[in-house]
Amino acid sequence: MSILHTENISKQYPGCLALDKVTVTFESGKVNGLLGKNGSGKSTLVKCFSGAITPTEGSFSLDGEELHFSNPQQSYAKGFATVYQEMSLVPSLSVTENIFLGRLPKKGALIDWGKAHHMAKEILDRIGVDINPKERVSRLSMWQCQVVEIAKAMSFNPKVLMLDEPTSSLANNEVECLFDVIRELKKQDIIIIYISHKLHEIPEITDTITVLRDGKFIGTINTEGTTHKEIVDMMFGDVAIRSRPEDIKAGEKTVLEVKHLSRKNKFEDVSFELKEGEVLGIAGMLGAGRTELLKSIFGADPYDSGEIYVKGEKVKKKTSPIVMKSYGLGLMPEDRKSEGLILKHSIKDNLCYASMDKTSHGWLEDKKLRNQAADKQVEELEIKIPDINAAVSSLSGGNQQKVVVGNWLNTQPAIMMYDEPSRGIDVNAKQQIFEIMWEQSKRGVSTIFVSSELEELLEVCNRILIMKGGRITGEISPDDINVNDLYTLSMGEE
Amino acid sequence: MNKNKVKNMLLDHIIEILLVVLIVGMTFASPTFLTLSNILNILRSSALKGVIAFGMTMVIISGQIDLSVGSQVALAGVIVARCCRDMTSVGSTAACIIGIIIAIVVAILVGGVHSVAQNKFGMPAFIITLASQNLLYGLAGMICEGFPIANVFPDWFLWLGTGKIGGLIPVPAVILLIVFVISFFLMTYTTTGRSVYATGGNAEAARLSGINVGRTKFIVFAAVQVMCVLAAFMNSAQVASGSYSFGKGWEVDVISATVIGGASMDGGIGKPWGTLIGILFLGVINNGMTILNVGTYMQYVVRALIMAFAVLVSTYQAKAKA
Repeated sequence: MSILHTENISKQYPGCLALDKVTVTFESGKVNGLLGKNGSGKSTLVKCFSGAITPTEGSFSLDGEELHFSNPQQSYAKGFATVYQEMSLVPSLSVTENIFLGRLPKKGALIDWGKAHHMAKEILDRIGVDINPKERVSRLSMWQCQVVEIAKAMSFNPKVLMLDEPTSSLANNEVECLFDVIRELKKQDIIIIYISHKLHEIPEITDTITVLRDGKFIGTINTEGTTHKEIVDMMFGDVAIRSRPEDIKAGEKTVLEVKHLSRKNKFEDVSFELKEGEVLGIAGMLGAGRTELLKSIFGADPYDSGEIYVKGEKVKKKTSPIVMKSYGLGLMPEDRKSEGLILKHSIKDNLCYASMDKTSHGWLEDKKLRNQAADKQVEELEIKIPDINAAVSSLSGGNQQKVVVGNWLNTQPAIMMYDEPSRGIDVNAKQQIFEIMWEQSKRGVSTIFVSSELEELLEVCNRILIMKGGRITGEISPDDINVNDLYTLSMGEE
Repeated sequence: MNKNKVKNMLLDHIIEILLVVLIVGMTFASPTFLTLSNILNILRSSALKGVIAFGMTMVIISGQIDLSVGSQVALAGVIVARCCRDMTSVGSTAACIIGIIIAIVVAILVGGVHSVAQNKFGMPAFIITLASQNLLYGLAGMICEGFPIANVFPDWFLWLGTGKIGGLIPVPAVILLIVFVISFFLMTYTTTGRSVYATGGNAEAARLSGINVGRTKFIVFAAVQVMCVLAAFMNSAQVASGSYSFGKGWEVDVISATVIGGASMDGGIGKPWGTLIGILFLGVINNGMTILNVGTYMQYVVRALIMAFAVLVSTYQAKAKA
C-alpha cells in the first residue's frame, strides 16, 4: 500500500492564496474523490503533484519520501501521471502510437511494431478493456478515447493516477464503461485521485471524498453513508440551492408550435407547443436528438418535413438563424467555445454580435448603444469581468456562459433555447443561469431547456418532454416525478 | 504592473516604432531620402500594391486568403486596353468607360465565385484562388493575344497613374489614402466590418449569432478583386499599356504588407491602420535600398527577413496577451 501525504502545503499567487496550508492524505487501492468549486484550489493541488507549479510553503511525500518537483519530468519519474479533461490524443494515429507517443520500442533504427502492439495490448488487458491497439483513435467512441488516455498514463507504471474530470465529455452509458475501468484499476496498488464537478457520480465511483473550498482543506469523509446534501454543504458552505419560484407560470398564449418535425436519422415526428413565459425542459441522453432538434428549430440545420409556427405564423421551410432571430428566437449552443463565443474577441464584442442590428443605425454602429447593451448584461447577469475590452477567453467557464446568454438577451428574444447550459461550470454559476431563466420567464420570455442532467430539469422547469431515440416519448410535470424515475424514463427500453 | 503596460504598448506599436527608426536611420544615411519629392515618390510607388493590401486585409481578417490578386491586375488591365483599342467606333472615352465597367463586373463575379466555392462547397480559399490565379492569367493572355496592348488609352485615363494634383501630389498616392480612409471607416464603424471580424474570429459562432456569413465572405472576396481593378488602372495608366505579364507575384508584397501590419492569418484580427503602416514600411525599405544601391537579389533577402521578423513579432504578441 502506498500513501500520498501533504503537509501544510500552500501556494501563493500574486494577490491570491490559491492553497492555504492543506494537509491531506490519499491512499492506494481507493478512488479518492477531490471536490471543490471553481477556484477552490483543487487544480492547484493537482498541479503541485504533476510538477507544473512549485508550492510556496509546505511539502508532500509519497511513501515517506519527501518530494520537490520543479518540472513535470521529475513528477513523471517519481510515478505521478495525470489524465486531463481535454483529450490529448492524436486522432489520426493508432491506439498503440498514442499510448507510446514519442517512445515507441525500436529494433535498431526501425520501430518494432510487433512489440509495440503487444505492449499496448498488455496495458489495455491490464485495465480490463477490449480495444484493438491497431485501431485508429478517430474511430473510437469518446469513452474509449478516455480509456486510451488512461492506458497512456498507465504505461508509465504510475503510483499516483490523477483523473481530471474524466467524464466531462461522455454520455451517461459511456460513463458506466469508464467506471468499470476505474474499478478495475482500484484492484492494483495505485493511488487514484478523481476530480469532478458532477455531484451525482461522486457517490457511485469514489471511496473517500476530500473537499477544498477557497484554498482551504474542509475535510475528508468516507463516501459510504454520506448524503448529497452533506457534500454540497462542504463544497459551498451555506449557499442555498434554490428551487423554482412559485410565480413561474406558463401563460395562455402559444408562442411556438412545432408540428411533426422530422430530420432523417436525427429526430422523427416531433410535435410540441410552448406557452408564453413557460420553462419547458427536454430530457434526454446524449444522442437522443435534442441538440439536432434545437438546431433545426433555430434554422441552423435543415429539416426534412414538418412545420414550425411562431406566434401563429408559419415559418418558411428555407430558414436560417438570421430568419429565426427576426422571429425572436435565440439559441445558446451546446459548445460555448466552438459555437457560442469568439474567444479572441472582447467581452463587449461578444455581448453585441447577435444584437448587431439593435446597436446600429442601419449600416453604422452606435458606440454608445453598444456600450450600453454590454454594460447592461454585465450588470444584470452579474458577469465578473476584469475589463469589458478584455478577451472573452480570459473569463471562467461560468462567466463565459453568461456572456453567451447576454449576447442573446440583448436581442430581446421572445423564445430562448438553452442546450446543456450547465456543462463545465460550477454549481454556483449553474444556479445563476437558472435564475436568469426564471427572471426572463417573469418578463414573458419562453424557455426551452435541454439537459442530460435531469435533476436540473426537475429543479427548473414547468413541464418536461422526454426525448429518446429521436422521438418525444412522454411529457411529465416535475412535481409528479422523482429523479430516478425520470432517468429511467429517459434511458429505459424502447 | 506599470512596466507591463509600457511593454504591452511598445509591443502593440512595434511596427510603427520600427518605421520611425527606419525613417530616422535613412535620413542620416542619405541626404536625398527625406525630401518632399522622394516621400511623394515612396507614396506613389507604394500605392498600387497598397490599394490591394487594404482589400487583402479584409479578406485575411475574415479568415480567408486571395492568391489571385496579381492575375486580376493583369486581366483588368488588358480588358480596358482591348476595349480602348477595338471599340473606337463609340469614341475613345466611351470605349474606355465600357472597359472599366466590364473589368469591375468581371472582378465582382470572380469574387462571387470565390465566396460561393468557399462558403457553399467548403473548398479552401487557398486552393480555389490559386486556381483563379492561373485562370485569370490565362484569360488575360487570351484577351491581349500574348502581346502588350500599348498607347490606346485616352488622356484622362492616363491621369489616374501619372497625374499630379496641384502639380505636386501624385494621383495614385491620393487614391491610396482615399482607399485607406474608406476601409478604415468600413472596418471600424459599420456592421459590415463587425461581421468581417466575427466571421474570421469564429465562423460557426457568427452564423449561430444570426450574422450573414455568406454575404460577408462575398463582400470581402469581391472587395479585394475590385481593389485589384483599381490598381490595374493605375498600373496600366503609368505604363500606357495592358499586358498579361503585369501584376505577376504581387500577392507576395500585398500579403506581406498585411501581415507586417499585424493581421492574423488565423482570421479575426487585423486593422487597416496596421496595413497602412505595413505598406509604408515596405515602401520605405524598397526606396531606401534603391537609394543605397543595394543589389536586387539582396533586396529580396532583406524583404524576406523583414517578413519573418514581422510574423515573429505578431506571434510573440499573441502569446504575451494570452
